[in-house]
Amino acid sequence: MAGGEWAGHRRPLAPVARIVGCGLLVLLGGCSGGAPSTLDPAGTGARRVEGLWWLLFWISVVVFAEVMALLAWALVFRRRPDRRISRVEPTRFVVVAGAGVPFVILLAAYGVGLRDLAALRQPESPPAVTVDVTGHKWWWEVRYAGVDGATANEIRIPVGEPVRVRLRTVDVLHSFWVPQLMPKTDLIAGKVRETWLRAERPGEYRGQCAEYCGLQHAHMALQVVAQPRAEFDAWLARLAAPAATPDSDAERRGQQAFLQGTCVACHTVRGTAATGTVGPDLSTLGARWSLGAGAVPNDGGHLGGWIVNSQTVKPGNAMPPQPVDAAALPDLIAYLESLR
Amino acid sequence: MPSSTAAARGTRPGPEAMASLTRHWAEAPSLRTWFGTVDHKRIGRRYLVTAAVFFGFAGASAVAMRTQLAGPEAGILSPREYNQLFTMHGTAMIFLFSTPMLFGFGNFLVPLMIGARDMAFPRLNAFGYWVFLFAGLFMWASVPAGAAPNGGWFAYVPLTDERNTPGLHLDVYTLGLLFLGISTTSGAVNFIVTALKLRAPGMSLNRVPVFVWAIVATSFMVLVALPVLNLDNALLFLDRRFDTRFFEPERGGNVLLWQHLFWIFGHPDVYIIVMPALGIVSAVLPVFCRRGIVGYPLIVFSIVAIAIISFGVWVHHMFATGLPQLSYGFFSAASTVITIPSGLQIFAWLATMLVGRIVVSVPFLFVVGFLVTFVVGGVTGVMFALTAFDQQTTDTYFVVAHFHYVLFGGAVFPILAGVYYWLPKMTGRMFSVRLGRWAFWLVFVGMNLTFFPMHVSGLLGMPRRVYTYPGGLGWDPWNLLATIGAYVVAAGLLLVAVGVVHALRRGAPAPDDPWGGDSLEWTTSSPPKPYNFPVIPRVHSLHPNWDPRTVESTGPGATEDRILAEGRTTLCTSELDGRYERPVEMPEETRKPLLAAVGLLMVFLGLLLAWYWVAAAGAALVIGTLAAWLWPPRRTPQEAGVAG
Repeated sequence: MAGGEWAGHRRPLAPVARIVGCGLLVLLGGCSGGAPSTLDPAGTGARRVEGLWWLLFWISVVVFAEVMALLAWALVFRRRPDRRISRVEPTRFVVVAGAGVPFVILLAAYGVGLRDLAALRQPESPPAVTVDVTGHKWWWEVRYAGVDGATANEIRIPVGEPVRVRLRTVDVLHSFWVPQLMPKTDLIAGKVRETWLRAERPGEYRGQCAEYCGLQHAHMALQVVAQPRAEFDAWLARLAAPAATPDSDAERRGQQAFLQGTCVACHTVRGTAATGTVGPDLSTLGARWSLGAGAVPNDGGHLGGWIVNSQTVKPGNAMPPQPVDAAALPDLIAYLESLR
Repeated sequence: MPSSTAAARGTRPGPEAMASLTRHWAEAPSLRTWFGTVDHKRIGRRYLVTAAVFFGFAGASAVAMRTQLAGPEAGILSPREYNQLFTMHGTAMIFLFSTPMLFGFGNFLVPLMIGARDMAFPRLNAFGYWVFLFAGLFMWASVPAGAAPNGGWFAYVPLTDERNTPGLHLDVYTLGLLFLGISTTSGAVNFIVTALKLRAPGMSLNRVPVFVWAIVATSFMVLVALPVLNLDNALLFLDRRFDTRFFEPERGGNVLLWQHLFWIFGHPDVYIIVMPALGIVSAVLPVFCRRGIVGYPLIVFSIVAIAIISFGVWVHHMFATGLPQLSYGFFSAASTVITIPSGLQIFAWLATMLVGRIVVSVPFLFVVGFLVTFVVGGVTGVMFALTAFDQQTTDTYFVVAHFHYVLFGGAVFPILAGVYYWLPKMTGRMFSVRLGRWAFWLVFVGMNLTFFPMHVSGLLGMPRRVYTYPGGLGWDPWNLLATIGAYVVAAGLLLVAVGVVHALRRGAPAPDDPWGGDSLEWTTSSPPKPYNFPVIPRVHSLHPNWDPRTVESTGPGATEDRILAEGRTTLCTSELDGRYERPVEMPEETRKPLLAAVGLLMVFLGLLLAWYWVAAAGAALVIGTLAAWLWPPRRTPQEAGVAG
């Protein structure tokens, strides 16, 4: 359990501080549901930083209140025309309040910060699962070490276990960030970076590229799904297996259209002749949470629109408009939706 | 006032001497002198006006972006437009507004504050302005052309290389900043020499106004930091245009090299912007507390300390790039420590208020606005010094909130305080207090309404530099608030502009010293005469205008060696103690600086459009003009001081 490493932060007043602090933000409408909020951590790393945040938050509130109190005092009581202007030089006050006290506070904060940095470095136990994430303009290619097969913009991890994430980019810099699980790690061209994730509870956690990477930086999201080990293993086995074969006539016609069209130049569907590697692997497309790395929801209508002209959905992405026959489009959609 | 007989001590300048001063310094109001002026007051005002116009452009970009972000999935701006606007917003606010604006104050005020009749190199000063103007136009012209920089103000490679961003976008950026750097560098050199050599006699270093200290320290930082940025931009230009490969990992380059070089410049640049602004606060605040600033040596110490430490913190912009942990520990410590000098200044100002008697004037309101917002930016700044927290919140709206509290709070508020404080001196007109107070409250409320919600949206996981965002993630209300705030700020800033125009048109004539200021600019007329001081004062303390000895030195105690009415002359004094050395002759108006700047514009336009023969012709024009500029005047051996 995370209790061990989290215990360092557990000051007696910490829960109270969090409740009051969160209350303040709720008043402002803050702790609203659905947000990939750093204040609603579900991972070991993010929880560390959340603890650090509340410490820094309360220090900041006290410092701000102190300065504002002095300012208000001066504005109220030093404004009257009958005030005598003092000729004293309260230098000692300036040094103590402006340098001495801050130094002690900063030293303490620095110590806590250093400890948290060390804690983020690596998980307590060595990870059993390694995910290879490659950044593309503007989507995430996801592979698992030792597993033949790929998905996109979606990472599944076993809940409660540390997972190693290796990060590469094929083009520009990106940054891998799942706010509720772990702080950022940049993807650096020409280098391999590493981070780790450990989800404390099952759930879906939104992530997004956090380093400006060009035209569609806004649409480079991903989702981390933390699930029980057994479900994860089943999912991983399916990822490694050939893609689902068509069940209905429509799907079969769709597959034919897919394989005869230009799709195969860029996309892979495992177990078929489609082996392109420019765009995302589509073998499990039907099960994904979105299209275009968070650009639109993954449903038939949006899929059709994406195929016909994704440039209206996500301008600048690498996929050109497809000259698909209007009659063949429903079949194509049916086939792609069946790839789960 | 100490009494002494005029005969024994000297005389104040008579009508003849005044006429001679006017003859040598005044510029006829003609088009010729408009282009050829070297008067630091005119140049300073031009810097201020030009920077304010660029501020307007960059502010309008921000309002457009906020409109796009008012709600989720909006289509007001295309991603192409949005990315150019946010890049130009940042680039212009940093390079074309903040520093030139503060250099404008410096240009106008440094000679007046130290008792000189002009900057040390008046022609270089004019040259610096023209280059700034042309570089600014060079960069802004790319917006209507659809070729504006679009790689962010930080222009990280490899996004900004030729393969990922073809077109002129990034060439405008690299060349524009190299072009502008010439102006900033020449300005910095000028400030340093002016402040070290042209101070009024008696103004030893411990009597130099804090604002001048801040400008000089800033100038030294510019001289150290800017070459690094210039190098970075030159390498990127070469990579893009001539396929060198400094930043290309596949061919032996390194993408992090760009980031290191950029931030070695970039972090000191934060202080290059904020420090002169803090200098304005140190000039304005004590005057409205009716006493000298508390802890002058501490403030000077903190300025110098910041100037040095700021070169050791750049890696905190790279905490997520995966550099070694040890370096994170070091840079985290340095970034933590640098808040202490700023804390000293805050408490020195508070102490000054607590022992003084406060007069809440319009400039003082903006100082209070500065204190409130800058402290917010300061405490969140400490958070970013801690690597773990930085890794979580960097590149989110939390950091956007943080640095706008630092830069809007720490630079724009002091700049506005300075505008109201020195407007009577610069224009000879008083402003409407009512308009000023309205403007303050709009800007103050709007600023907080714009930027405070960004702390929350950042903590809720919203990354920055996104042209749109999905609804339902808890980000919508915060973005709407920020957009409303942006319009309120815009209204407030418009009211500032209205106030300035109103003052120029309808303002009551300003007295020489409307606030009871302590520094030397308040001893001159409003606006100052072309020669600034009929008699160069003698300084005996940190507060010369509150010191009867200085007042006496320009009245009954005036001596010929400080009147210097024959010729266009100011005084040279020693660097540390301000001991009287000798009068120096100052250059007259000339259009050579303008010509040299036009030549440089040709060079950079030629390089941008790959019309290399235009660049060559421009270079020839620059070299020819500089040769004529530097050609020694004909002098007899006696005049040159080499006669046997």
